[in-house]
Amino acid sequence: MAKHPTPLLDQLESGPWPSFVSDLKELAEHRAKTASKIEYQIPVEVVDDILGLLELTYKDGCTHWKHGGIVGVFGYGGGVIGRYCDQPEKFPGVAHFHTMRVNQPGGKFYKTEYLRQLCDLWDFRGSGITNMHGSTGDIIFLGTTTPQLEEIFYELTHKLNQDLGGSGSNLRTPSDCIGQARCEWACYDTQDLCYQLTMDYQDELHRPAFPYKMKFKFDGCPNCCVASIARADFSFIGTWRDDIKINQEAVQAYIGGELKPNAGEHSGRDWGKFDIQKEVIRLCPTQCMWMEGKKLMIDNKECNRCMHCLNVMPRALRIGDDRGLSILVGAKAPILDGAQMGSLLVPFIKVEPPYDEIKEIIEKIWDWWMEEGKNRERLGELIKRQGFQKLLEVTGIQPDPRHVKEPRSNPYIFWKEEEVEGGWTRDINEFRKHHLR
Amino acid sequence: MDYAEAKAKIVEELTKKLKTKSKFYFNDLADILGLKPREAKKLINDMVADGTLEYWSSGSTSMYGLKGTGKQAAAEHEA
Ligand code: HEM
Ligand code: HEM
Ligand code: SF4
Ligand code: SF4
Repeated sequence: MAKHPTPLLDQLESGPWPSFVSDLKELAEHRAKTASKIEYQIPVEVVDDILGLLELTYKDGCTHWKHGGIVGVFGYGGGVIGRYCDQPEKFPGVAHFHTMRVNQPGGKFYKTEYLRQLCDLWDFRGSGITNMHGSTGDIIFLGTTTPQLEEIFYELTHKLNQDLGGSGSNLRTPSDCIGQARCEWACYDTQDLCYQLTMDYQDELHRPAFPYKMKFKFDGCPNCCVASIARADFSFIGTWRDDIKINQEAVQAYIGGELKPNAGEHSGRDWGKFDIQKEVIRLCPTQCMWMEGKKLMIDNKECNRCMHCLNVMPRALRIGDDRGLSILVGAKAPILDGAQMGSLLVPFIKVEPPYDEIKEIIEKIWDWWMEEGKNRERLGELIKRQGFQKLLEVTGIQPDPRHVKEPRSNPYIFWKEEEVEGGWTRDINEFRKHHLR
Repeated sequence: MDYAEAKAKIVEELTKKLKTKSKFYFNDLADILGLKPREAKKLINDMVADGTLEYWSSGSTSMYGLKGTGKQAAAEHEA
């Protein structure tokens, strides 16, 4: 029997989709049933109370959570997000309802055994409610009390070899795609770079001293499975600079219908015979493909590696061999200013451990942002405010046609002294020889 | 600047401002110390470690305050 009636929430169970309300009800019941067997360390009714509180929120049309609070365990300035309810008497189970961010393993690979251990720990010392995975990439534990935080942290670090992730004004948990572990399109080892930077930047991850959040995301190729280009201050996107490798026999097999386009992904419906002109060549955004008789041709210097043709005909087209990554900066969601996609800063860089070249760029940008960034200003907003040119200056990167987004609309050019031969200074005596007072 | 001097400066300035606010951005602290952020960070980390300062976070933004002052302390004791 539910502790609180929830008529408004119940409606959310009526649609065709799986419902978080059903999940929560199931969990609430499970906790009530097992209460005699498990020594739950936080109130057994936590899940009932979250349902009751959410119902009240819907009824009142406003939140019953206070804003912010505790941030971490001893020595950490992030990884825990404090949440306190403003109706603790009615809903004692959620008086404290802190979130813990658990740094997900690279590529989000884990064994079921590890997941069970995490869940057992969280059932015992938390609400049992998880979110796999948050937008940050972390494994999210939703809802525990202050006294449990250190206990959970101890268990995570000592028994599961598992750290907390980032929150607040620090480096957020770096997040990567499955990359070379499973994917033939990976142009670099996303997991190694992600892991290495996570380890090298522990201080930035755990002790907040940035103006605002700072995200790293690693995509092995421009398919961008972790959407780095749309949501990371630093997007590391795999790419290549030689030619797409073409297997002409396989191209013919796609045309002939022996091979299914997109590896059969869209086979739920009959789309008719595969048409390479319509489905590949005419959709190439740079129009750099054509057929010469039975041969597929690509003008590689025009290709912008959008991945479309490779996705449609994976057996026929392969990424090139001279691989590396592009660095884009400044993507963000619309909190203070509008949403922004990343801007290309480094068109191509080789990805070689220990990644010093990449780290050098990161650190130059951090120095700039830490000094010049306003409170709660994301890197993308600072770039907009001070200009992309300023970014090039602080990183020492030479302007390149690939940095150009659109033709200039500002007709004025301001030169700096060092850009002008001879500079600004003049010898006044030399000047007076030619110019009378 | 040595640690004791930095700490005295921070405690003095934050205490003065306590009437109007109890939470400060990292850069406010760096400004009080008159140091570049990276240099200030070491000192401020140490002040958190020795219990002079404590963190506060909204979840997305982090701030610093003298330990035991302001909103967070209240929230912790209320519950
Ligand atoms: C490289 C040399 C020069 C540069 C870069 C330059 C630049 C400019 C600029 C930017 C303006 C403002 C235009 C506007 O308001 O739309 C201007 C206006 C003017 N300049 Fe020059 N100028 C130069 C040489 C000269 C010389 C040698 C003279 C006369 C001997 C001169 C006479 C004027 C006058 C009279 C105006 C006002 C025009 C008006 O208000 O319609 N300029 N100049
Ligand atoms: C209508 C209600 C809510 C909306 C629309 C909302 C929306 C959001 C959004 C858009 C984010 C950013 C996600 C991201 O970029 O990763 C976020 C983050 C978060 N929310 Fe909510 N939220 C709501 C209610 C809540 C409640 C009730 C809690 C906890 C009791 C909560 C806890 C959090 C936490 C801990 C974060 C992460 C903060 C961070 O990024 O550091 N939210 N929320
Ligand atoms: S981003 Fe590219 S390399 Fe990474 S998993 Fe997706 S398709 Fe594969
Ligand atoms: S990857 Fe995209 S731009 Fe390059 S050839 Fe294929 S479809 Fe054209």
